[in-house]
Amino acid sequence: MIYQFGDAFAFLVLSCAGLAVIFGMMGIINLAHGEFIMCGAYVTATVARAGVPLPLAILSGAVVAGLVGMLVERVVIRHLYHRPLDSIIATWGISLIATQGVLILLGPTMAGIGTPLGSMAIGERSYSIYRLVLFATAVGLLGALYVLFYRTRYGVIARATIQKPDMARALGVDTRRIYGWTFGLGAGLAGLAGGLYAPTMTMVPTMGATFIVESFVTVVVGGADIFVGAAPAAAILAIIKAGLTAWYGQLFGQIGLLIAVIVVIRVMPGGLSAFLKGFQK
Amino acid sequence: MSDPVISEPNPAPYPSALAIWLARLEGPQTMGRGPGFWVAMALLLLAACIFPAFSNDFTVGNIAYFMVWTFMAMGLGVVWGYCGSLSFGQTAFFGLAGYAYGVITINLGSSFGLTWLALFLAVLIGTGFALLIGYFMFYGRIKGVFIGIVTLSVTLVLETFMAQTAGPQWRIGDARLNGFNGMSGMPPLTIPWFGGDILLYAGATLYYVLVGMVVLCYLGLRMILNAPFGNVLVAIRENPERTEMLGYDIRLYQTLAFGLGGALAALSGVLYTAWGQYITPSSMGLTAAALPIVWVAVGGRRDITATLLGTLIVIAGFQYLTIYGSQYALVVMGALLVFTVLVTPDGLVATAITQIGKIKERTLR
Repeated sequence: MIYQFGDAFAFLVLSCAGLAVIFGMMGIINLAHGEFIMCGAYVTATVARAGVPLPLAILSGAVVAGLVGMLVERVVIRHLYHRPLDSIIATWGISLIATQGVLILLGPTMAGIGTPLGSMAIGERSYSIYRLVLFATAVGLLGALYVLFYRTRYGVIARATIQKPDMARALGVDTRRIYGWTFGLGAGLAGLAGGLYAPTMTMVPTMGATFIVESFVTVVVGGADIFVGAAPAAAILAIIKAGLTAWYGQLFGQIGLLIAVIVVIRVMPGGLSAFLKGFQK
Repeated sequence: MSDPVISEPNPAPYPSALAIWLARLEGPQTMGRGPGFWVAMALLLLAACIFPAFSNDFTVGNIAYFMVWTFMAMGLGVVWGYCGSLSFGQTAFFGLAGYAYGVITINLGSSFGLTWLALFLAVLIGTGFALLIGYFMFYGRIKGVFIGIVTLSVTLVLETFMAQTAGPQWRIGDARLNGFNGMSGMPPLTIPWFGGDILLYAGATLYYVLVGMVVLCYLGLRMILNAPFGNVLVAIRENPERTEMLGYDIRLYQTLAFGLGGALAALSGVLYTAWGQYITPSSMGLTAAALPIVWVAVGGRRDITATLLGTLIVIAGFQYLTIYGSQYALVVMGALLVFTVLVTPDGLVATAITQIGKIKERTLR
C-alpha cells in the first residue's frame, strides 16, 4: 500500500512537473505535454540501446525534449502569450502532428529497454527497486526545482518576469528569453519523466496520452504554484488513486481521480495553492 | 368614453411574438443580413435539395454523414465561440447519447416511431449530463483553460469506462455494451408510414431528413443567438466581470449555453449511431475530441454560419485527404490548426466571409 502510494506519487509528480512549470510560470496549458514525454522516452531508449549507461541516456532525453520545447516556443507559442485559449489549440495541433508524425516516421512500436536494477523481496512480496528510485527522483526533483526557483539568479528573474512582466522588462530583463528558457525547462522536465518511465513502458507514439490525464488533473487540483500546489496535490491524489486501485481496480482509481478533481474545483476554484496561500494571509 | 390617456398619439402596434422571433433571424450576433444573403442561402439549400438527383446513393449517404457532425460543431460554436468557454469534451455528450440511443432502441424496438422517442430521450440524457458538468464547472467558477481540461478529462474517463465494459455482466436490458468493440445492431431511425415504416438508412431519405434538421437547427440558433440570451453570452465572452456587475447571473447563462452545446452534441451522437448502427468508445477518445475543435477553429467560431459551412468543408477535405493518404491526414489537420491559430485567429471561413463583405462594400461605394 505504501509502496503503491509511492509509485503513484512519483508518477504524478514526475509527469506533472513540466506541465506545472509551464502553466504556473507562463499561464499556458501545454497540450503537447504528452508528446514531449514521448520524445524524451524515445530519445532515452535510442541512446540507451546504443550502449550509453541509462542515467546518461535519460539525461540526454530530457535535454533533447528541452531543446525541442525551446524550438516550439520560438516558432509557435511566442505569438500566443496574450491568447491563452488559442495557445491550447495550437499546442493540441502540435500534439497531433507529433503523434502522427512519429507514427509515420518510426512505425507503430519501438523496441523498449528492460527495467533495470531488478527487484527485492520483503516478506512475501517483491518490489521493483527501480520504482523506489523513481520515488526518490521525484522527491529530489522537487527539491532541485525549489533551489532553482528560489536560490538562483535565473529563478529570481523568472519569478520577477511572471509577476510583473512590464516591470521586469523595464529593469532590463529580456522577458522573451526567460519565457523561452522556462518553456524549455518545462519541456525538458517532461522529457525527463519520459526518460525515467521509458524502461517501464511499451514505446508507442501515443504513450504520452497515458500521462496526460493524470498530469492535468494534478495541475488543476494543485493550482498555479508548483510547490504549495502541485506537490501536495500529487500526494493527495496518490492516496486516492492508490487506495481505490488497491480495493476496486484501476478503473475506479481513474474515476476517483476525476471525482476528486470536480469536487476540489467546486470547493476551491484556485486549486490547492490558492487555498493554502489563503491560510497564510 | 373618452380615453384619459392620449399622450401617445401613434401607439406602435405591439409586434406579435412570432414577428419578434422572425426578426431575430438577423441581428448583431450573426453574419449575413439583407435579401442578398438570404437569396444565397436559399440557393445553397436548393442546390442541396436537388443534389441527390444528380448523384449516386453513396455520395448522398456520405454527405448525410457530414451533416451528422454539424450539430456538434454548431453546439461547440455556441459554447466556445459565443460564450467563450473552450470545451474539449463535446464528444462525451456525443458518445453518451449515442450509447443511450443504442440501449433504448435495442430494448424497446423500433416500431411506431419509437426511435424518435429514443432520439429524444438520448438527447435529454446528454443534455442532463452536460448541465450537471456545467453546473459543477461554472458554479465552481472555473475559468478559461481549466474548463478545457475538466471537459477533456470527462470524455477520456468515459472512454476508458466504456472500453472496459466487455463481458456479459455489462448489459442494460437486452443491450450489451461490448467494451472496446462498441455496440452495434441498433435500428436506424424510422418514420411510421402507411403500409410499413420507412427506414432511414444512409441514403436519399435520410439525407432529406438531415437537411431539414440542419436548416431548422441553424435558423433556431440564429434566433436564440440574436435574442437577449445570445447577447448576454457574447457579453460574457467579452467581459465576464462587467456582465456580472450589470446584474446577470453569468453562471446560469454559461451553464445553459453549455447545456445547449451538450444537447447539440448529443443530437449528433444519436444521429451518428442511427446512421451507421454502431458506436464505439473511441468516439469519445482524444482524436475524436480533437476533431470538433479543428472544424470549429478552422471554420470560424464566432459566427454560426461560418461554423456550419466551415465544418462541412473541413470534414469533406479531411475525408478526401484520408482517401489519398490516411496517415498524413492527421498531420495536415494539426498543421492546419496551428496555421489557423497563428494566421487567421477568427477562422478561415469567417475571415473569407468578412473579406467578401468588404470587397462588396468597396465595389458598391
